[in-house]
Amino acid sequence: MSRVHGAGAAEVHALRGVSLAAYAGELVAIMGPSGSGKSSLLTIAGGLDSPTSGSVTVDGQDLGEAGISGRAKLRRTSIGYVFQDFNLIPALTAGENVALPLELDGASRRQARAAARTALEEVGLDGFADRFPDEMSGGQRQRIAIARAIVGERRLILADEPTGALDTETGEDILKLIRARCDAGAAGVLVTHEPRYASWADRVIYVRDGLVVDEAGETPGALLVDEAGA
Amino acid sequence: MSVKHALLALLEKPRYGYELRAEFEQRTGASWPLNVGQVYTTLSRLERDGLVEAGGTDAEGRSLYQLTEAGKVEVKGWFDTPVERTQPQRDELAIKLAVAVAVPSVDVGKVVQQQRNATMQALQGYRRQARSGAGDDLAGGLVLDRLVFAAEAEIRWLDHCEARLRRAAASSTAPEPVEGGDR
Repeated sequence: MSRVHGAGAAEVHALRGVSLAAYAGELVAIMGPSGSGKSSLLTIAGGLDSPTSGSVTVDGQDLGEAGISGRAKLRRTSIGYVFQDFNLIPALTAGENVALPLELDGASRRQARAAARTALEEVGLDGFADRFPDEMSGGQRQRIAIARAIVGERRLILADEPTGALDTETGEDILKLIRARCDAGAAGVLVTHEPRYASWADRVIYVRDGLVVDEAGETPGALLVDEAGA
Repeated sequence: MSVKHALLALLEKPRYGYELRAEFEQRTGASWPLNVGQVYTTLSRLERDGLVEAGGTDAEGRSLYQLTEAGKVEVKGWFDTPVERTQPQRDELAIKLAVAVAVPSVDVGKVVQQQRNATMQALQGYRRQARSGAGDDLAGGLVLDRLVFAAEAEIRWLDHCEARLRRAAASSTAPEPVEGGDR
């Protein structure tokens, strides 16, 4: 896919024909200098932006064909986003932040809260559901954000510099959680400029000037066979 | 690397040679294997220098070595002195890139990329080791972290080289920048 911003002299090619697949159970890291297009790639993969040409498919669904409301639904149910600055709602408790996407999707309050508690347990925050983000450390806030990204069994986790605001050890803990989720069957795409975090991925892709220039690591063999057979 | 001092430090408690080797390898996450001959040679030199002495035998009749007073002073001195920050003897990668820049037929960008891929793969290998439990023991974990930090530093340096190469290439095709910004 490609993404062009503006037109004429102000035309900026954020992405120029990038092809990328992340399979279930796989974590893919995207690295590249500032302005290389790596974050554009992630926002398009998550349906927050649309490609100028080309298409994006999540769990068999074409994001372009899904329309605005279809994309919004996919974002509430299938795609989990983790941002560098956590993007939590300060007026809501940890539990409410995590339950929000499910409630927006029409789940009952009780169901949503129960799922939120399970997700918080998974990231090691059992007992923190009633705390407000401001009362928690940076590492704990990012854990809330990860719980929100995985609540309700989402199959695609997109993380944009999730460790950017954290120290090395806390950052490693966050990567362990994302890695564990992928080992449990989710597909993960991580944008980072830090090699130490990228190395948690099965594949590391380098993007420069809107193009994939390099790749380290391997796609799981069995999955490639599946794709060829399909 | 001072294997001598590392072995000496591990003799805080009397041990026999084979045990000492096993202890060293376990502590260092098996990153630097020693052969047992090397351990006994080192021990006999240490004995000659008065830093260790025979410490009797264990229940199975194996000869134990223990630190002398001079040995204890030597160990303390080792821990009290920072490791010298020497220039790597021959940093092949730095030499290769320096030469690559000077040889016009070489695609330096490609050399950088290939190296970065290889180093990233090594880094991914350390991660797999850590995930398989190699880093769970504190001492082994610290050694593994050391390898992760070193590989990370190399990749960052390669990123930096790539950016500088691109800047240099861009400025050699662009008009000369005007010196002196206050005009």
